[in-house]
Amino acid sequence: MYNKGIIVAGLAVFIVLATFPFWYNLGKAAPAPERILTAQAKAAKECILSAELMRTEHMQMLNDWRDMVVRDGTRLYVGSSGKKFEMSLSNTCMECHSNKAEFCDRCHNYAAVTPYCWDCHIDNPKETK
Amino acid sequence: MKRSRRSFLKIAGISALGIGSKPILNAFSASAPQGDTPQPAVMRKPEALTAKHWAMVIDTTKFKSRDDFKPIIEACHSIHNVPELKNKNHEIKWIWEEGYKHAFPTLENPYFEEKVKDLPFLVLCNHCENPPCVRACPTKATFKRESDGIVLMDFHRCIGCRFCMAACPYGARSFNFRDPRPFIKEEKINLKFPRRTKGVVEKCNFCAERLAVGQLPACVEAANGAIIFGDLADPDSDVRKLVSTNYTIRRKLSLGTSPSVYYIV
Repeated sequence: MYNKGIIVAGLAVFIVLATFPFWYNLGKAAPAPERILTAQAKAAKECILSAELMRTEHMQMLNDWRDMVVRDGTRLYVGSSGKKFEMSLSNTCMECHSNKAEFCDRCHNYAAVTPYCWDCHIDNPKETK
Repeated sequence: MKRSRRSFLKIAGISALGIGSKPILNAFSASAPQGDTPQPAVMRKPEALTAKHWAMVIDTTKFKSRDDFKPIIEACHSIHNVPELKNKNHEIKWIWEEGYKHAFPTLENPYFEEKVKDLPFLVLCNHCENPPCVRACPTKATFKRESDGIVLMDFHRCIGCRFCMAACPYGARSFNFRDPRPFIKEEKINLKFPRRTKGVVEKCNFCAERLAVGQLPACVEAANGAIIFGDLADPDSDVRKLVSTNYTIRRKLSLGTSPSVYYIV
């Protein structure tokens, strides 16, 4: 093999550079953001579904709600405990979780997702900023 | 041990059958009822107004002047966060004023006085029985609600192709050429109703969100009895009686869209 030394050295430099972000950030993963509830949300105790399900399924649920409300006009959700909710992002979800910056944005930023719900739905009726 | 081809195929066949039946068994076990916990349910609100065919009668004899239209338009546009854009090309209209010659071009008569040709009429989406916009929509963002005949839009699904605007013979649809947010006055904003984004078409929704909570449309409330709203399929409803006892006109009937908005003239 010609120029063995140069090739091997070059390969080594390439591997180090290519894997640099991985070992540089090793062990420095950002901790998952903590869930911050408003006083109102704490007092309510009960959400649409259990906390675990809400964490993993809320996007699917909002999608389903949207179709039901817009297309079928069914706007009332009765949970498994009999509690009634109006199916509305602005008027139900954000009414209780009115701390969008703390409750929604921090986790969405952590997961690097940018939902466009708030382009139209009023992000926060309570918080003025 | 020597195995014949025949016995090998038998065993292979039985194994395949066994593996293939696993998903079927899974499906059966999943569909079995899961204990006694009541399942969440979704329903209409009990106070919701329902009808087979919502229709509107606009009694034009009750409007004295153009000024009578203003509070009605204002009521609708502020409730639905309709932006006020000065440029006519960017204008968003849910309910607006139109001269007779434009509102009813098929009923024109060349010998009408100029005054009659310019006679103002309040126009809005006609919620046609045979809506051409619904047929034109490639994403089914616009649809006619089978339960009550309202032609609605799912803004989430609109891709802004504007086929519906080309299809609508009444110009009842507006396109958001600009982000509407800066053009909605901060103090007038209705936090209960969503806004729209740039690149989405919008139109009157017969106040479906108000009917769902038992309220009449905003324009009907603001019109002091000049606009009547009700179920055309119900023979005892006010709209049905008005339509059957008065001479009414509808816009561009010859196109076969069969509007649900009637005008008493």
